[in-house]
Amino acid sequence: MLLTATLSPTVSVAADAKATHAEPPKIDVSHVNFYYGAHRVLHDISLQIQPNQVTAFIGPSGCGKSTFLRSLNRMNDIVPGARVEGRVLVDGADIYAPSVDVVALRRKVGMVFQKSNPFPKSIFENVAYGLRINRMTGSKDELRGRVEASLKSAALWDEVKDRLHASALALSGGQQQRLCIARALAIEPEILLMDEPASALDPIATQRIEELIYQLKSRYTIVIVTHNMQQAARVSDTTAFFWLGKLVEYGRTDRIFTAPTEKLTEDYVTGRFG
Amino acid sequence: MRKDLGFRLGTGVFGLFLILIVAAIGFELTRQSMLSIQKFGLAFWTNATWDPVAGEFGALPFIWGTLYSSVLALLIATPIAIGIAVFITELCPQVLRQPLVFLTELLAAIPSIVYGLWGIFVLVPIVRALQVALPDALRGLPLFSGPPLGVGMLSATLILAVMVVPFTSSVAREVLKSVPVAQREAAYALGATRFEAISAALFYARTGIVGAVMLGFGRALGETMAVTMVIGNNPQVSASLFAPQYTMAAVLANEFTEAADELYLHALIEIGLVLFIITLIVNSLSRVLIWSMSRSAKAVPSTAVQPVAAEA
Ligand SMILES: Nc1ncnc2c1ncn2[C@@H]1O[C@H](COP(=O)(O)OP(=O)(O)OP(=O)(O)O)[C@@H](O)[C@H]1O
Ligand SMILES: [Mg+2]
Repeated sequence: MLLTATLSPTVSVAADAKATHAEPPKIDVSHVNFYYGAHRVLHDISLQIQPNQVTAFIGPSGCGKSTFLRSLNRMNDIVPGARVEGRVLVDGADIYAPSVDVVALRRKVGMVFQKSNPFPKSIFENVAYGLRINRMTGSKDELRGRVEASLKSAALWDEVKDRLHASALALSGGQQQRLCIARALAIEPEILLMDEPASALDPIATQRIEELIYQLKSRYTIVIVTHNMQQAARVSDTTAFFWLGKLVEYGRTDRIFTAPTEKLTEDYVTGRFG
Repeated sequence: MRKDLGFRLGTGVFGLFLILIVAAIGFELTRQSMLSIQKFGLAFWTNATWDPVAGEFGALPFIWGTLYSSVLALLIATPIAIGIAVFITELCPQVLRQPLVFLTELLAAIPSIVYGLWGIFVLVPIVRALQVALPDALRGLPLFSGPPLGVGMLSATLILAVMVVPFTSSVAREVLKSVPVAQREAAYALGATRFEAISAALFYARTGIVGAVMLGFGRALGETMAVTMVIGNNPQVSASLFAPQYTMAAVLANEFTEAADELYLHALIEIGLVLFIITLIVNSLSRVLIWSMSRSAKAVPSTAVQPVAAEA
C-alpha cells in the first residue's frame, strides 16, 4: 500500500497550493488509486489539503469526486469489493495503516452526504446520536447544551427550537441537510467532508449553507464537492478539478477560475465542456 | 381517464372480494356453531372444562394453550430469527450468503408432519431427560411442576419456535436489505461501530421487523400438526412448561371426526370461530402497532413540544 513518492504528474499544481502556507498539511494524499472490483475509478491522485481552508472538488459527474472524498475517512471500507492503493495521511498519520482505529478516524473526519440521511428519530435525537454512541457527554444538561450549540452552528436552531422532539423526517429538504451538518458538527470533528451539501436546495437555503461554510472555516478544515462553479468560486480557497478519475489541476481557487494552466480546466470552468 | 376508472373498479372488486371472503367465513362458522353459542354464550370463552361425555364445553384450555405456546415460541424464535437475518445481511461472508438463505428457505418448506415426527423421536426424549435432570429446588416451582412425560408445553413451544424462525428471519432479512445504505453510512460517519450501525439499521426497519415477528406469531397460532403430535392433548390451564396441554387447532384436528352429537360438533366449530376471531384481533393489533410506530416517526405535533424536556 505504501508507495514512495517518485515522479508525480501533479507536482507543479500541488506546489501551487502549498506555497502560500507554512503549516503542515492536514490531509496529505499521495498516489492514490481506487478500484471498485476490477473497475478503476481513481488514477494516481496526489494532493495536500491545508488546515482551516475550504477545498472544493469539481468535475463532471462520475469522475470520482465522491469516491475520493469517501476515501479520506475510509467510508469506502463498507463498500464490498472496494480497494484503495497509495497513501492518505491525516495529521501525518497513515489512515490506512492496519493499526488505525477507524471509529476514531471517522470521528475526527466527519462527513455530510450528497443526499441528506437523517435517522427516523426526533431532531434532538439525530444530533445527540453521535454524542451518545461516542459517550461524549456526561450529564443530560451537557448533552442538551451540545445539541443546541450544534444546531446553532448549523444555522438551524431558530427554526427548530420549539419542536426539538418532532421527527426529523418532517423537516424540509434544506433543513434536513442542515440537520445532517449539525449532527456531523456535534461530535466536533477536525475535518468536515461535504458531498454536494447544497445540491437539492433552493437558492436561499444554498446561500445559508455557504454562509455556514464560511463561518465554520475558522474551526474546521472543510472539503466540499460541488457541481456549482459559482459556489466553488465563492466558498473555497483551493479547488481541485477532477476528470475521468484523474486530478487534472489543483490550486488556489482564484487562479483555477481565472488562469487555469490546463485547457481541460478552462473548458470546464467556463462551461464549454463536452 | 376511462382506463383509470376501469383499473380502480377492477382492483376495488378484488379488495371487496377479500372482505367478502372474511365475512363469509365468520358468518359460516357462526351459523355452524349456533347450538353451542346459544347454550353457553360468552361463558364458552372462560369455561375451563371440556367434557364431551357430560356435554360441557369450554374453550379456555385451548385458548390458553394456543396463546401460551405461541407467545413462548415467539420469545424464543424472535431473537434467533433476527440474529440470523442480521448475520446473513450484514456479517456473513458473501460466499456463505446464498447457501444460508437457501437453508432457511428449505426449513420453511418442510411439511409440519415431518417436524412433528422429529419432535416425537428427538425433541420429546430430550425434554423428558431435561426434566428428570432438573434440580429438586426448581421442580417445586409451578413453572416446572408435573411428571416427566416429555410431551407437553415445552416440546410444543420448541417445535413451534423452530418452525417460526425461518419465516420471521426471511421477512426480517428482506426488511433489513431494504434499509438504505445511507442510514448505515450516516451511523458509520458519526463514529459508529459495526454493532451500532446495525442497530441503527434495525431501528430504521423496526416496523418491518415487528411485521416479521407478527407473521411468525400468526403462523404459531394456527400451526396444527406438529403441535398436536407433541403437546400431550390434555385440556387444562396450567403454567407448567412440562404439563401436557392442548391448542385450538389441535383439538379441531383430533376430535372433529369423533364429534358424535350435534352440540359437540357445534362446540368444536365454535373453537374454530374463536381461533378465527383471535387471529383477526392479533393481526389488527399488529397493524395498529405498526401504524402507530410509523406515525410517531413522521408526525409533527402542532402543539409545541416542551423544548429539550424528556429524552430517553
Ligand atoms: N459502489 C460502487 N460500485 C461500483 N462502482 C461505483 C460505485 N460507486 C461509484 N462507482 C463508479 O465510480 C465512478 C466514480 O463515481 P463517483 O460517485 O465517485 O463520482 P462523482 O464524481 O461523485 O459523480 P457525481 O458528481 O455524479 O456524484 C463512477 O463511474 C461510478 O459508476
Ligand atoms: Mg458524487
